[in-house]
Amino acid sequence: MALTEKEVEHVALLARFNLSADEKRIFAEQLSSILTYVDTLNIIPTDDVEPLTYILPVHNVFRADEVKPGMPREEILANAPLAEEGQYKVPKIM
Amino acid sequence: MELYELTVHELQKWLAGREISSEEIVKSIFTRINAVDDRVKSFITLTEELALQKAKKVDDIGKYEGIAGIPLGLKDIFCTRGVKTTCGSKILADFVPAYESTASRRLDEAQGILVGKLNMDEFAMGSSTENSAFFATHNPWDLARVAGGSSGGSAAAVAADEVPFSLGTDSGGSIRQPASFCGVVGMKPTYGRVSRWGVVAYASSLDQVGVVSKDVRDNALIMNIIAGHDPLDSTSAVEEVPDFTTVLDGNVKGLRIGYPKEYFRQGVDAAIIDAIKAALLKYEEMGAIVEEVSLPHSEYALPAYYLIAPAEASANMARFDGVRYGYRDFSAENVADMFCQSRDKGFGDEVKRRIMLGTYALSSGYYDAYYLKALKVRRLIADDFTRVFQDYDIIVAPTTPTTAFKIGEQFDDPLTLYMNDILTVPVNMAGLPGMSIPCGFDQGMPIGMQLIGKAFDEATLYKAAYAFEQNTGFHTVKPTLGVK
Repeated sequence: MALTEKEVEHVALLARFNLSADEKRIFAEQLSSILTYVDTLNIIPTDDVEPLTYILPVHNVFRADEVKPGMPREEILANAPLAEEGQYKVPKIM
Repeated sequence: MELYELTVHELQKWLAGREISSEEIVKSIFTRINAVDDRVKSFITLTEELALQKAKKVDDIGKYEGIAGIPLGLKDIFCTRGVKTTCGSKILADFVPAYESTASRRLDEAQGILVGKLNMDEFAMGSSTENSAFFATHNPWDLARVAGGSSGGSAAAVAADEVPFSLGTDSGGSIRQPASFCGVVGMKPTYGRVSRWGVVAYASSLDQVGVVSKDVRDNALIMNIIAGHDPLDSTSAVEEVPDFTTVLDGNVKGLRIGYPKEYFRQGVDAAIIDAIKAALLKYEEMGAIVEEVSLPHSEYALPAYYLIAPAEASANMARFDGVRYGYRDFSAENVADMFCQSRDKGFGDEVKRRIMLGTYALSSGYYDAYYLKALKVRRLIADDFTRVFQDYDIIVAPTTPTTAFKIGEQFDDPLTLYMNDILTVPVNMAGLPGMSIPCGFDQGMPIGMQLIGKAFDEATLYKAAYAFEQNTGFHTVKPTLGVK
């Protein structure tokens, strides 16, 4: 499976990257070779195989719905690139 | 004999006999780190002051039980409260967690002493620790070679006597492969055995915390501390944790060992095959039953892994957006550009490559062809193991197809680098426990033997590994920290 630079551009948009022209070219090449390699999976018939999404026989894990203290706001905000009045601050959205 | 050379169980004895203090051990460890780490480059962050404070506290109390007073290192993927946790990435270069991972908290509460955070491939994506955003770690057996990865710092530090033991993580071989390359003992337990809470996520259905140590006994006694259910991790298993040290009796009489023919084929160095075959003969001599088995879908584990792991990674990496923590590019004028530019500049090439690959595999129109297909193949791989384990207690195979390669040698070709994990990835796909122990040398570089067990049967792996180790002694050979 070969990926075009146009397709790479679309995937980059989904993944929130702005790739340079060089990066697009290199990724198209490298991802194509990886995808060609993973195409070997198509040799195996899997029509009747149940996908294995999780290795443990665990499905929903519930706990009691109790109010507990969260982490201190100041400590969490200390890692924020920019914060103001106890809130995260970002550039304009609209 | 210097204190930094000792194992955990040797240090325990000396501490209990009041022959040494924790402070003396910690000082010895930092003497060693200061002498060798500019060559090995295991550590991203050192915590000398905190370590000495805690050692003094432990000495004041004077209760030397378990690992009280014994130094340790953590892969820089474990969140440590108040201590910088970079995950080997520029995007987390200044991140100081407000909470502690469960695994490291358990060691901390057992009065173990953190001496520093260890180098790794960025976000655990890589097999050589060359993908660290900061520097590559060098192999103590030949400084021109890689330490392996992604837990390269964890393995190199133990091999170079910079710490008695360390924790790492393993999603496709990231504990076993560097342990093999550096000639130390590395255990990746069953998926769910150790809590992943507070461990930065790479591929959530594959990631597992484990131990790197100088010998098998140390590995078992650290596993005793970190294993067990944690309500904070809903994927951690509700399973009894046995005392893994009680099975270390050197007896493997009647143990049924299968060696999968698919792991002894082309692409695996002849010297490595010879070393594993010799080890199998040793097991036979010790009374084990050794027979060839088949895991027919083995060769499909790696391509399936390179769809499943990047798919999960692409979702996990979405949280790095420059808003709540991590690197932000302040030149962006709107929030959409801020997301992109922060990620462009914050992530390294391999992380971007896997995010791109995973995003593609999950994208509309390709989900069935790639991701779902890989999950079906994953089932077939797991079924192979289930079948073999009906008749055998453990599986023995090489850990890696080659010994440690030269720094820079495979860096430009992602696919070649991925091939390093071909013998370790199937174990993660099936969620089974796997460990690597030293079993020989090829031109002075260590060879690792991989032992694979039934789910939640780490005990049998420790038992078999201990018997081999005590009857051979490869673990007692130390590297010289030179260039070969």
